[in-house]
Amino acid sequence: MKHKRSLLALPYVGWMALFVVAPIVMVVVYAFTTAGFEPTASNFTGMGTYVSIFARSFQLALIATVICLLIGYPISYVMAKEGPGFQRVATVLIMLPMWVNFLLRTYSWMAILENNGLLNQLFDAIGLFDLINGLFGTDLTYFRMIRTQGAVVLGMVYNYLPFMILPIYSVILKLDRSLLEAAQDLGANSAYVFRRVIFPLSLPGVLSGVTMVFVPSVSTFAISRLLGGGTHMMLGDLIEQQFLGGAYNPHLGSAIALVMMLIVIVCMWVMNRFGQGEEQAVVL
Amino acid sequence: MSKELIRLSDCVMSYDGDVVLDHINLYINDREFLTLLGPSGCGKTTTLRIIGGFLSPTAGDVFFDGVRINDVPPHKRAVNTVFQKYALFPHLNVYENVAFGLRIPRAETVERDGKAASRKVKLSKQEIHNRVMEMLEVVNLKGFERRSVSALSGGQQQRVAIARALVNRPKVLLLDEPLGALDMRLRKDMQGELKRIQREMGITFIYVTHDQEEALAMSDTVVVMDQGKIQQIGTPEDIYNEPKNAFVADFIGESNILDGVMRADGVVEIFNRRFPCLDKGFAPDEPVDVVIRPEDVDIVDPGSGQLRGTVTAVTFKGVHYDTIVDFYGFKWLIQTTDFCPAGSDIGIQIDPDGIHVMRKSQYSGLFGDYSSYSEEYEEIGDADYVPDGEEDGHEA
Repeated sequence: MKHKRSLLALPYVGWMALFVVAPIVMVVVYAFTTAGFEPTASNFTGMGTYVSIFARSFQLALIATVICLLIGYPISYVMAKEGPGFQRVATVLIMLPMWVNFLLRTYSWMAILENNGLLNQLFDAIGLFDLINGLFGTDLTYFRMIRTQGAVVLGMVYNYLPFMILPIYSVILKLDRSLLEAAQDLGANSAYVFRRVIFPLSLPGVLSGVTMVFVPSVSTFAISRLLGGGTHMMLGDLIEQQFLGGAYNPHLGSAIALVMMLIVIVCMWVMNRFGQGEEQAVVL
Repeated sequence: MSKELIRLSDCVMSYDGDVVLDHINLYINDREFLTLLGPSGCGKTTTLRIIGGFLSPTAGDVFFDGVRINDVPPHKRAVNTVFQKYALFPHLNVYENVAFGLRIPRAETVERDGKAASRKVKLSKQEIHNRVMEMLEVVNLKGFERRSVSALSGGQQQRVAIARALVNRPKVLLLDEPLGALDMRLRKDMQGELKRIQREMGITFIYVTHDQEEALAMSDTVVVMDQGKIQQIGTPEDIYNEPKNAFVADFIGESNILDGVMRADGVVEIFNRRFPCLDKGFAPDEPVDVVIRPEDVDIVDPGSGQLRGTVTAVTFKGVHYDTIVDFYGFKWLIQTTDFCPAGSDIGIQIDPDGIHVMRKSQYSGLFGDYSSYSEEYEEIGDADYVPDGEEDGHEA
């Protein structure tokens, strides 16, 4: 019986080996070799030059994650509390943008945020610039929104928000109603029930939401390229340049990718530890 | 002892015209062990949830200590609940589950400059600790404080749920089928334990169950419900010996329920034969339902009995034999220690106090025939644990 089951698993083991393990091994091999495939550590020793890019990537990804959490948690909570009709509509609305191609969505934001884009045209049309110029004696004709770090963060939040909402929503939805009743029964008002029961029990959803927003945010390159205008280079851009761009050096690219992966893994590990501790710490 | 604590006055509960509780009138005394007993969907859990504050009756009033509490939310009622599936907080250990209610700051009215002001009061760590440990001792869970609740057995989880509900020192503890998920033996132990806790703490227990044995064994008062109506209220002895109608007679214990006619005070006619009984106060020749408990029938020689019948089936039950006897096409269940093989002719003798006469009701003719004996027994065996799904469905 057991033998049969392991046979069934074979295709998946093969798949994983081919498409997960092998690429990682290749990245590791590239990272520790020169262009002539001589073993070297120089790809890592020279990485100090990119510290600012690392810092910016993690900083922007962290900001985007926090914003996603602040927006996403209340939405998830309200959705889970509402009736099934509202839930269906809300779920579709949240998923809908994800059915549109990622690049297309990001290009649309470009059109919206451009100096002569939709948003600035709207501000102009309602006389916002005239008002401000009249008040402060300035000479504004548009707000600079594109090619800023803010635009990059906006792009991340917009693209990854569903990944924050859905896990939290499904965890809150599955909470045993009788737990909330038990807390009320013991004397807790709704704020207390939320603080001591709903929130701690929704932490697993928060953790997976944070992971699913933070990881793609930290490695994104399309968003920073299109909305950041290449002026705020992030890790994704840096790695992409090593593979496709003018600075062609897959060995350095692999090393950067590897370091990034390690940092992300450490972050996640620390957070999971923290999260587990939190569940108990909340009450002590 | 018998000070009235809770009163349900003409309580009606309906969902979209579907009546779940039909004019319930009920009072519960201080320190009473009262059981709401009935099949699933009879309205017993709904009644409990109204007392707990999770539901508000469509019509009627709920009084606690003489004060109307219809609109008082659960967290402001001096009532705590032990939930059907315990509802322990999975993120908290045993100690913290029990301490939950104590850690909540309570509003307390204090005199300040001659004016009444409300302020939040928290218990000290030491007091919380003392009370939690005291409660864990009551439910025999000392030494389990740091355990995760998911690592406990069903019986232990049950005890945590009881301790958690009692730690707030409620005046009334509501228990919603608390033993339903436990196995037979554990259930028996916990019955005794609950009874002990109730006596020791000196508080009122309102207990919901579909298990009639449990109800008889534990309660001071049993309230039998069906179809949203109270069928009978009484002591366990009353309910068993003097059931009000065929439903109660059938639901509580085993009974043979027969059509009869009351010929005079103390004389009832069954199968055209007159039996002496103790019941009085019926109209002359009033058609009635007659209950004869299987253990109240004596088997005698075929010639000397009041009735004569043929044994059709015998099942050994340990203490007694379940004997099915055919009397003129109507099958009775008789529980006897005398073995009578299938096919044998027997006579029976029933003492006057073994016969109980009831007025006809909507339930007449529905129960009490053992023609389909074996199937019925299987059904009873299967019905071991039926959560009140129908009632739960209305919560949303």
